[in-house]
Amino acid sequence: MSQKVLPDNLQAAIELQAVPVSVSPLKGAKTFQRGQLKRIFRRRATVIGGLIVLLVVITALISLVWTPHPPGEQDLTRSLLPPFWLQGADSSFPLGTDLNGRDLLSRIMVGAQATLFVGIASVLVGGVLGLVLGLVAGYFGGWREAVIMRLVDVQLSLPGVLLAIAILAAVGKGLLNVVLVLGFVSWVQYARIVRGSTLAVKNQEYILGARAIGATDRRIIRRHVFPNILPALMVVATINVSSNILAESALSYLGVGVSLATVTWGGMLNEGKSLFELAWWNAVWPGLAILIVVFGINLLGDGLTETRSNNGNG
Amino acid sequence: MKKLILQRLWQSLLVLFAVSLLSFVLIFLSGDPVATLIPLNARQEDIDNIRHQYNLDQPFFIQYFLFLGKAFTGNMGESFRYHTDALGLVLSHLPNTFLLAIVSLVFSVLVSLPLGILAARFKGRGVDFVASLFALTAISMPSFWLGVILILVFAGALHWFPASGAGGWQNLVLPTLTVSAFSIGLLIRLIRRAVAETLQQQYVTTARSKGLSEGRIAWVHVLRNSAIPVVTVLGLQFGALLGGSAVVETVFAWPGVGWLMVQSIEARDLPVIRAAVLILAIFIVLINLLVDITYSLLDPRIKPGVKA
Repeated sequence: MSQKVLPDNLQAAIELQAVPVSVSPLKGAKTFQRGQLKRIFRRRATVIGGLIVLLVVITALISLVWTPHPPGEQDLTRSLLPPFWLQGADSSFPLGTDLNGRDLLSRIMVGAQATLFVGIASVLVGGVLGLVLGLVAGYFGGWREAVIMRLVDVQLSLPGVLLAIAILAAVGKGLLNVVLVLGFVSWVQYARIVRGSTLAVKNQEYILGARAIGATDRRIIRRHVFPNILPALMVVATINVSSNILAESALSYLGVGVSLATVTWGGMLNEGKSLFELAWWNAVWPGLAILIVVFGINLLGDGLTETRSNNGNG
Repeated sequence: MKKLILQRLWQSLLVLFAVSLLSFVLIFLSGDPVATLIPLNARQEDIDNIRHQYNLDQPFFIQYFLFLGKAFTGNMGESFRYHTDALGLVLSHLPNTFLLAIVSLVFSVLVSLPLGILAARFKGRGVDFVASLFALTAISMPSFWLGVILILVFAGALHWFPASGAGGWQNLVLPTLTVSAFSIGLLIRLIRRAVAETLQQQYVTTARSKGLSEGRIAWVHVLRNSAIPVVTVLGLQFGALLGGSAVVETVFAWPGVGWLMVQSIEARDLPVIRAAVLILAIFIVLINLLVDITYSLLDPRIKPGVKA
């Protein structure tokens, strides 16, 4: 697959953080289920990345039922306690406390919920939007393709973060708004991949065969096209989860993202930034948490991409 | 060639149209703009007067075209906060944003080029592992957090560089490191892949079998052929740096357009937000256009409408 990289591909590659996504169809669907699983496990990147992500998911799940302290519990007598190894620490608050005396460990745990929710929900919004439009463009072609792909070109030239900041500044902050805006900003990536894969699959013999025996468009898309483009879509989605998590934290840090009533790592950083000379741990832990989860997802994405492109090369 | 440029120009115009429409709609999304202009106890008559004065009593599209007409003549309204020309305010902050973006881009290339080439040359070995791990960490880090950590260490503990503001070159050091981190990671990964792919080409094997030195092969055969994707990404990354400037500029209180925009968001200074979005978008679109054209000049095999 040493195809010439065109500007289009390149721009997509940047948004995917320069990870090559091969859109070779056909072999994908079946092998992804069977022999590929073994190969995935053989790749250390995938395993380590997967373990990190699993750890964060488990933390978020535990925090639903248990945290060392209630995450919102304020007590000004224990304001800005340092982490456990420093003098004056209280061992029941191992990561220290914030200005209002809230336990940072508990808040980091609870923050994982919002982070994962935004990452996954925004990818679902963008993914579904891009999937539908990409399928329509690739499968039906004609004026529908022209309109949709022109729209893709236009939005790809718009700066994503800038767009998100501007829209959120106008519509106001909130978890749902962030999810919708990030989904809206990222649908183009999916639309391009889906259209490309659909075009490649569309004229395969088994689809012509399905059409010959009278299958409806709907059935062909659902039974034959969709399973074949799913693996490529999954790779893009994985990487997009991490970039959306980074975007959410930046938006919350700027104060246009999720409101402070919801515990998010970006929001904690926003609160911690003014105190960091006084109590550095308020700014360090949430950022470290973001780094760890994004690193894990990127590693997982790298592993999946490599598994897929090896597979594509046959 | 001409066809490609015309096609891209037309596309850029479309994008600018979309941006202008979007930045116009922003004001409507944020609720009644008159509410921010008048005191709470204003009489209905005064409210109507203000509506008329700002053409807010006109239908939506008329308002949009009036706005567009004014924007073309450089009139984007007056800042609610400073009571000066919004466009002038944004333009006066533009050089700082460009300075930071250009310095960061140069720095990114200087760091990532040797690392990327080394990683590709010794693929699968220790150097590659270290460079790849570094690159992955760099693209996984929230840039504003890195900025805060750098301030904590180099401004707070060591007092080597100032934590915020603009002025001498010392002010540029920490923001540059912060902005560059992501580009460095991205470029290392890209250069590594491009160079590794080129190294497998037959003409490299031929050059080796001719007995050329490794240095000559790297310089003449590999680098020039790996340059095209890298140059393209550089251009696009420059646009991305402009678009993402809001975050890092805010961390360091670096007085660029991004910083001004975030300040204006906090003050709900809509004309300035609108002008900032529009100006940044115009530059990003222009840069993308230039990159596309440069790209097809660099590689004559690429023709408009022909896709591999």
